[in-house]
Amino acid sequence: MFEVIFLQFLNGLDKGAAYALIALGLTLVFGTLGVVNFAHGALFMLGAFCAVTVRMVLTMETVTIDPEKLSPWGTPLEVREPLMQAWLGDFGAVLVNYSVPFSILITIPIMLVVGIALERGIIKHFYKRPHAEQILVTFGLAIVAQEVIKSIFGPNPIPQPMPTDLRGAADIGAWLGMQANIITYPIWRLVYFLFAAVVIGAVFAFLQFTTFGMVVRAGMADRETVGLLGINIDRRFTIMFGLAAVVAGVAGVMYTPLLPPNYHIGMDFLVLSFVVVVVGGMGSLPGAVAAGFMLGILQSFASMNQVKAIFPGIDQIIIYLVAVVILLVRPRGLMGRRGVMEA
Amino acid sequence: MNANLMSRNDLVLLLGFSLVVLTMPIWLAPLGAGYPDLLQRFMIYGIFAVGFNILFGLTGYLSFGHAAFFGVGSYTAVWSLKLLTLDAIPAMVLAVIISGIFALIIGFLCLRRSGIYFSILTLAFAQMSYNLAYSVLTPITNGETGLQLTLSDPRVIDAAVGHSFVGQPIPTLFGTPIGGYAGFYFCAAFLIIAFFVAQRIAGSPFGMMLKAIKSNQTRMQFTGFNTRPYALSAFVISGMYAGLAGALLAVTDPLAGAERMQWTASGEVVLMTILGGVGTLVGPVIGAWIIKYFENILSALNDNILARFFDVLPDGVDSFLVKVIGKFVGDGWHLTLGLVFVIIVIFLPGGIMEGVRRIAAAFRNRGSTPRTSNQTQAAE
Amino acid sequence: MTFLKRGLTRRRVLQTGMAGIIGTGVAPMVFTRGAWAQENFCNNPTGDTVTFGLNLPLTGAYAEEGADEQRAYELAIAHLNGEGDGGLLNVLTPSALKGNGILGKKVGFVSSDSQTKSDVARAGATRMIERDGAIMITGGSSSGEAIAVQGLCQEKGIIFMAGLTHSNDTTGKDKRRYGFRHFFNAYQSGIALGPVLGEQYGSQRRAYHLTADYTWGWTQEESIKAATEALGWETVATVRTPLGSTDYSQYLTPILNSGADVLILNHYGLDMVNSLPQAVQFGLRDREANGKQFQIVTPLISELMAKGAGESVRGIFGTSNWHWNLQDAGSIAFTKSFGAAYGSPPSQAAHTAYVQALLYADAVERAGTFYPPEVIKALEGHEFDGMGNGPTLYRADDHQCMKSVLVVQGNEAPTSEFDVLNVVQEVGRDTTTYDPSIFGGELGPAEPAPLC
Repeated sequence: MFEVIFLQFLNGLDKGAAYALIALGLTLVFGTLGVVNFAHGALFMLGAFCAVTVRMVLTMETVTIDPEKLSPWGTPLEVREPLMQAWLGDFGAVLVNYSVPFSILITIPIMLVVGIALERGIIKHFYKRPHAEQILVTFGLAIVAQEVIKSIFGPNPIPQPMPTDLRGAADIGAWLGMQANIITYPIWRLVYFLFAAVVIGAVFAFLQFTTFGMVVRAGMADRETVGLLGINIDRRFTIMFGLAAVVAGVAGVMYTPLLPPNYHIGMDFLVLSFVVVVVGGMGSLPGAVAAGFMLGILQSFASMNQVKAIFPGIDQIIIYLVAVVILLVRPRGLMGRRGVMEA
Repeated sequence: MNANLMSRNDLVLLLGFSLVVLTMPIWLAPLGAGYPDLLQRFMIYGIFAVGFNILFGLTGYLSFGHAAFFGVGSYTAVWSLKLLTLDAIPAMVLAVIISGIFALIIGFLCLRRSGIYFSILTLAFAQMSYNLAYSVLTPITNGETGLQLTLSDPRVIDAAVGHSFVGQPIPTLFGTPIGGYAGFYFCAAFLIIAFFVAQRIAGSPFGMMLKAIKSNQTRMQFTGFNTRPYALSAFVISGMYAGLAGALLAVTDPLAGAERMQWTASGEVVLMTILGGVGTLVGPVIGAWIIKYFENILSALNDNILARFFDVLPDGVDSFLVKVIGKFVGDGWHLTLGLVFVIIVIFLPGGIMEGVRRIAAAFRNRGSTPRTSNQTQAAE
Repeated sequence: MTFLKRGLTRRRVLQTGMAGIIGTGVAPMVFTRGAWAQENFCNNPTGDTVTFGLNLPLTGAYAEEGADEQRAYELAIAHLNGEGDGGLLNVLTPSALKGNGILGKKVGFVSSDSQTKSDVARAGATRMIERDGAIMITGGSSSGEAIAVQGLCQEKGIIFMAGLTHSNDTTGKDKRRYGFRHFFNAYQSGIALGPVLGEQYGSQRRAYHLTADYTWGWTQEESIKAATEALGWETVATVRTPLGSTDYSQYLTPILNSGADVLILNHYGLDMVNSLPQAVQFGLRDREANGKQFQIVTPLISELMAKGAGESVRGIFGTSNWHWNLQDAGSIAFTKSFGAAYGSPPSQAAHTAYVQALLYADAVERAGTFYPPEVIKALEGHEFDGMGNGPTLYRADDHQCMKSVLVVQGNEAPTSEFDVLNVVQEVGRDTTTYDPSIFGGELGPAEPAPLC
């Protein structure tokens, strides 16, 4: 029984890391700008499609028709040659193999630009308008983004293979000195967990230890006073929005080998990430991270047959149920500040 | 006392609205929408949007979970058709009652919070309902397949009075099948009644109270009003409207599927209301009509039809136009919807009704004081 | 304004409403009722064309199948109209098809995106029947859609030729007089797959089921469980996963130390495209349990899903309705004509769609009329051959085709991106035929044909 619990806990941490990472960007935007961003899922999706595009470019092929051979349905056979290997040799092959991690380098500037353009172009006009209107405009933007992606990439998911070295499962039990082949876990999921931990840590360190972060934190606490001190807080907040977009984007990139992305992937995560943010407390970064892990672990355990035998269907509603209970009992969430959006 | 009476304007509006609705099969025919199924949907989603507006338009509470009540209405109606009788009236009555009770419970809990928290709470409840309907509640909802009428249903009341029928069971109204245009007029009658009731609510002291909640809830509370019962009544009423609409959909087309409870379905009614104009009576209905019209007409346009349409243009130009416009119609009609929606929220928060008002105002200005408007133009 | 006036207006409103209902809506219905004859039925084609309504999932979980079905229908319609190379028209026996449309009328089509949702599928079918005058509705790639739409078609008096639908219920408890299925079902999958699993993996296995939590998943779980337990296998657990899940990790971790040595994935479409690679990532296939190599079985699998799941599918057993690599005249002809038109081999979804369109046209030709009850009579109990599945019977009791079923295995060394499945065994029609009464259900009457 121990190994079952341990595995489920590990799985909860893995899921929780993904939830926390997605919710982080959302709560960053809310905490700094006070904007409820329903387009956050769309940013996650755009990141995922950056990875798809990078791979498409890397795997371009030349097509020649070989009239000698025939396909099973009687037309001349097409022979495809990968272009990247032809140009770059072994390095090209490595690049194709590691296309997903490699895409991060390209995704970061793209998402930064997208985020800043979004904030300057549209979101900034909505600071003073009610939350309902912010939800509506960002919801509309999310629809537009996903439809644009759909018309370019089609409605079907596009699988992104993970690097060959990182496939399969690692024997964690053996590492920890337990019996072999009892506790194994997919390597890429462990990579994702580490990646999420690094990104979350980096965001915290950035806010905690840099002057920029200090100013932003001050601005979050009291925007007007910081403004009166002669600091251009708006520009910093714009950059924070860009940063949130980058976090969402890279989370999307690294998720693609686990789940082939399609245009709808953002909407699937949107509701979930909102629940995480609300449970953690609107605008609280540590809250979002804690709530992400908590919900991940709860969901993992709720999916066990032994639990489902007692509460049928609990795995399907656990996340929403926790959100409802938290909102009714403690509306500011796990770590929300008193008075922020509390009613 | 006076506020209870119907003003001349309201009366004109109601009669005009009824006229427009009842003549729809005639004036929509040239627009390609004059067939019963779509007309029924115009009516049903009109009711849904009118009801949603009672909550969102009057009190400002943005619910993202109204599809749950719509779904509950549908399931109740189909069960009534299965277990009791094929007559539509008991199905409708039961659906409204059950969805009202459901709304009372959910509303009681959700209305303890406001703003974004309220939205998330309603969303969470709706998603729970949807997920359960899709899985463990399958004995009640028949899951992904959807609940349907079968020959072997008990229908105790029909059996008791000795009604029998041949073929696939079809819902009836006093023995007449509700399909095709009969179904449309059946739904149209309900839409007009629903519109009338919404009109009375908006004009009543109760409606005033709701509007006051929207403009400043805290001030209301400070003056000694307990706003919760009012907001809860609005929530329940709008839940009953949703249930009525769901029941109508199930009665005209006896199938209840879980998809109609998903949060995107709740999102759709929000889109309808915003598009038409929040807080107005006619706006949400127009929004519903426009979205349903485009969903059915725009999505049916494919490249072949476009190519035929642009055939007169020179080669190259026509294929380019087909390619560009093809992205916005057919499968891509959601893109058009999203763009229109974003533009409306940014530039015209009052929706189409505000647009109409602005245009009307512009014309009126031009008519009465042409010089002022000339000056404005010059200044620009 | 006084109370009196208000009362009057309310009454006037009611009067106007009722007048509308009675005047324009109900009256014509009442007069026309009972006056239906052979010529007067829903969407009787009067001009020189006849319209098929294609209800296809172009978005959603089964979008890939939907797109392939659409290609197949367009091809079938071209062949029916005498265009192209004629495809399976040349090999269908017996055949009344002349290659000049149906009963001399040119075949056209309208289509609708069902989004892989029952509600939407039904609305689309209604639109095609009411607005576009479709004489027959066909397509779909999920059992939910098929059951929802065939109920509607029964109501409207329109024949429904189901596309890809595998649930026992489609021709079982939810069968309809106006609905016909060429595709096989979960029960037949169990019959076909059971012996092969016994042969490959022995009789001492312990199976763990992950099942999509809806009707199709349940019927397949039941059928496969029965088939494997008959072999002597033990069922460790059956776990339901929500339909449309994306992350299956929390359902996969408990399998690792459950004592099971076979995982049976009762998933389809995107569910399997997600769950199978994830199961492989968890190292399930590299494990040993109970001293045996751990195995995964996917009872229903298609080329498109195998393509989506990539390398994970190699060596895995499942069943299919048809495969383009079959070497009979019908399969060769269809693969050739489809491949020439679209540059890829047809999937089983495309095959069943194409065959259904042809069978309907053939039945109309044999009946000599579009009048649905006559067409239904022509289809019921019809024996035909040459469509790639051997001699086939459209059984009258439940409108299910009785034909051979393929057991397939993921190709270990694919030579092209299409060469993903190998046919292991063709299980004959005698074996896969079952007693229709085990699933219950009632077809309902064909006559009088309802007037939509």
